[in-house]
Amino acid sequence: MTISFPRQQRSNYLAFLTKLPWTWRITWAYLIVMLLIPVLAMFVKASSEPLPRFWQVVTSPVALAAYDVTFTTSLVTALFNGVFGTLIAWVLVRYDFPLKRLVDASVDLPFALPTAVAGLTLANVYSDVGWIGSLFAPLGIKISFTRLGVGIAMTFISLPFVVRTVQPVLQEMEKDIEEAAWCLGASPGQTFWKVIFPPIMPAVLTGVALGFSRAVGEFGSTVIISSNTPYKDLIAPVLIFQRLEQYDLSAATAIGVVLLMISLVLLLTINLLQAWGRRYDAS
Amino acid sequence: MHHSSNSQGGKLFPPVILIKIAIAYLRKIPPSAILTALAIAYLALILYIPAANVFYQAFKKGVGPFLSNLTRPDFLHAAWLTVTLAAIAVPLNTVFGLCAAWAVTRHKFPGRAFFLSIIDLPFSISPVVAGLMLVLLYGRQGWFGGWLADHGINVIFAFPGMVLATAFVSMPFVAREVIPVLEDLGNEQEQAAQTLGANDWQIFWRVTLPNIRWGLLYGLILTNARAMGEFGAVSVVSGNIADKTQSLPLFVEDAYKQYESEAAFSAAVLLALLAVVTLVLKEILERKTRIEDK
Repeated sequence: MTISFPRQQRSNYLAFLTKLPWTWRITWAYLIVMLLIPVLAMFVKASSEPLPRFWQVVTSPVALAAYDVTFTTSLVTALFNGVFGTLIAWVLVRYDFPLKRLVDASVDLPFALPTAVAGLTLANVYSDVGWIGSLFAPLGIKISFTRLGVGIAMTFISLPFVVRTVQPVLQEMEKDIEEAAWCLGASPGQTFWKVIFPPIMPAVLTGVALGFSRAVGEFGSTVIISSNTPYKDLIAPVLIFQRLEQYDLSAATAIGVVLLMISLVLLLTINLLQAWGRRYDAS
Repeated sequence: MHHSSNSQGGKLFPPVILIKIAIAYLRKIPPSAILTALAIAYLALILYIPAANVFYQAFKKGVGPFLSNLTRPDFLHAAWLTVTLAAIAVPLNTVFGLCAAWAVTRHKFPGRAFFLSIIDLPFSISPVVAGLMLVLLYGRQGWFGGWLADHGINVIFAFPGMVLATAFVSMPFVAREVIPVLEDLGNEQEQAAQTLGANDWQIFWRVTLPNIRWGLLYGLILTNARAMGEFGAVSVVSGNIADKTQSLPLFVEDAYKQYESEAAFSAAVLLALLAVVTLVLKEILERKTRIEDK
């Protein structure tokens, strides 16, 4: 691979590089070594596979079942957190109650608590003999070591995203618009759906997308609370890990590329959602 | 037939009254109290009960067994390794974060939003995929694997790989916390210092750093928490060998898998305390920046 610039252009290019401030040089050097080369290596390795073999690995029944567990469970928990996260943000912004500051600070716990610890304690609490799991066991509902447990772990790690994106929007919202709606005879339901919900919707969606993206990639807490049984509660990151343990590098790479592409699409979606939210701001 | 159905109706009657009474009572409670109770109940199920359980499980047989778990040699090695990993990854990411934040806020260039997304990438990439990328680069069959093997350097299943994985996952925090502060600040003060003859270092130490110190500190704390707590990426590249390449989160999982759940919870308490310290410092820093804003 040779790239040849016309001489004039090349010297311009070199001059540009040497004039670049050193902060830029450090930034780019670090980004290239730490991030861009690894991402590139991943795509190059995946593209070196013959396409039929790649397709076969990516759409194998085990992989399809793992995508189903990962994406369906992440989506359901992200939406669930969308509802409860909005509720928590609302309660924190609008109401006063004892220990409110402590509750507010504790919402960030899933960001700060290492995921292995989260997985360990959630598996314990939601097991058949655990504090919460033992309440569900007589009803025939097993939580730890099933897909439901994976969902609980995903709920835990994606909880702060919705709260922390909706909270500032609610804080800035003027209460008088709501009061005006009441004065004009709107019911509480109408006030919520027609006055409060539209401005916070971009924030709710952004939070849901962030939580979904985090839940899809999550490994530490989900690997511990799941039984990691194929077709049952095996998630895609764990499938990659298992393929690596079997020294099947090409299969791990193929599934890894699928996961990476989905992360990139989600990142793009989140950026677009945030741009939409800002436009709402300006109007 | 008629008789029995009548008596059944009679049996159903009291519960209906009870439900009606309950609804009547619920209506008297202000909606704010109901919503608050719902929110707290949700947080309790997902956060508070599991968090309390960490401490309960670690101390349920008393402080003695807890302490004896914390003096095991494999635990001590894991703790030391975790501290070392953070001690390398945090400064690296701080230098990068400061440079990136400076570059992004002090220069106008096309594709700025795109650049910011690139900085955020490590957050959206699954930790397992991050680890896999490092294996593809530095592993035996990887791009640099042959060269490294010729020179007798082990990266994968060894300490350097763990450093790379830790630095990767905690990369964006400093940049993300410092960029908004630098943006709010503007560069008038820096330009003033420049006109008065200050050089780049003087401007950074005397003008910029004092202004961004709380944001920077917050970014440092978050980087440190993630670096010490990372599990997925590190477990892919470490090989998880006790006493050698096992960090504290890996120790927690390993002990749990070996049915030594007391040892697992004892180590988990330390990591949970790290989380609590992180949250407390975060709260303090947020309050400080809020006061300075006013």
